Amino acid sequence: MRQTTPQQDLLRGLWRENPVLIQMLGLCPALAVTNNVENSLAMGLATFFVLCGSSLLVSLCKRWIPGEIRISVYILIIATFVTVADLCLAALLPDIHKALGAFIALIVVNCMILGRQEAFASRRPVGRALLDAVGTGAGFTLALVMLGGTREVLGSGSFLNVPLFGPSYEPWVVMILPPGGFLTLGVLLLGLAWWEERRRERVKAGGVPAGADMEPSPALGMSLSERASSRGDAA
Amino acid sequence: MSEERSGNIGDAQRRGLVGDEALPDEPAAEPAALGDEVSSLRMILTLGAAGALAGLLIVMVFNATLPAIEAHRAEAVRLAVTEVLQQPARYEALSVTEAGLVELPREDVQPANAVLVYVGFDEGGRATGVAVTAAEAGFQDIVGLIYGFDPQSGTLLGMKVLESKETPGLGDKIQKDARFVAQFAGARPPLEAVKRPKGEEGEIDSITGATISSRAVVRIINNSLERLRPRIEAHFQEVVR
Repeated sequence: MRQTTPQQDLLRGLWRENPVLIQMLGLCPALAVTNNVENSLAMGLATFFVLCGSSLLVSLCKRWIPGEIRISVYILIIATFVTVADLCLAALLPDIHKALGAFIALIVVNCMILGRQEAFASRRPVGRALLDAVGTGAGFTLALVMLGGTREVLGSGSFLNVPLFGPSYEPWVVMILPPGGFLTLGVLLLGLAWWEERRRERVKAGGVPAGADMEPSPALGMSLSERASSRGDAA
Repeated sequence: MSEERSGNIGDAQRRGLVGDEALPDEPAAEPAALGDEVSSLRMILTLGAAGALAGLLIVMVFNATLPAIEAHRAEAVRLAVTEVLQQPARYEALSVTEAGLVELPREDVQPANAVLVYVGFDEGGRATGVAVTAAEAGFQDIVGLIYGFDPQSGTLLGMKVLESKETPGLGDKIQKDARFVAQFAGARPPLEAVKRPKGEEGEIDSITGATISSRAVVRIINNSLERLRPRIEAHFQEVVR
């Protein structure tokens, strides 16, 4: 298993291995509820809460969870936290709860959360699992707010319901409709890939070995090889 | 959360801290049974215990949040009713039945045929209007709304969409377009959705780009009123509080 420092565990999920923008996980809520900043933020924070709670509990209980039924137990833990988040949101922020509708309940099937349990929390100490959950949850929230911010500014001419451009602005209605989610995400990924490519070329031109700074496809490559090696260790 | 790790909590932390913090990446930190045989009984017990604890936690949170959730629901109904009845002094939930506008349960009334409405009263206790909820298919999904009706003048008092999934930016104007919503106050049903109003009573100027949603609102009110109007008009004068 690759050694990582606590700082890496915390910061990795925020940008370098951002669950939405790099790992392409949890795209269903990232596309469905990001038509304004408020909804994006609420969805991000609800997911953050579920991820932290689940990682903490899975890491604490990993010794008593038999491998054969681990996925069932993880899902049970995640579903419990989702239900708690759903009820609390309904009690505290009824308007946002109504706007998010079924997507709160669908956090259960967000593969990002189950992925962090299987790949990280179930085989690391509690502290590290929590750091990783905080980083990944914050990265997810960040990506959702980036999408929601772009879509709200263009599609409604406002940010956090504050009008920006005055009454003469004609909103791009398509941006708050489902196609706007795909367009925004696509353009965002294109921009990130272009930026990453330029950076790599600069590194190559400068004579610095690329591997020292950057690993190809970090997120998926890591978790798969990590799993393979950890299974080897166990056997 | 704390319920779920009751029992061996001290044991867990002791073992967890010693094993994990000292040697973070040892195989000892692996899940117990990748490869070992685990008895069915242990699996059943683990899942059963986890399920029971999860259920307990959810019931506790449900009970803790229920009062707030019910208060929000009641507040939403109160706001909607006072809006579509044009700020009555007070209102009461009554049922429209063959015996008139009554409070249920009553022995001589079949509850199956009853429709719950909200009757608004002025300061003197005279009924001023009836707020009725209705729902039918719109463009995307069911549109649910509440409208106020004054049987004495035969006109509407107001309309408010409570639930809709109509297209954002187009169909959702049935909810957000103040000019469209304001037309319902004072309109004389049966209504008709038109594109160029000629100034006749009962005309509703439909929203450009949301003709189907506009027609759905008009149809919902017409159908609901057609069913309830005879009973409401026959018994409205009897209701004095």
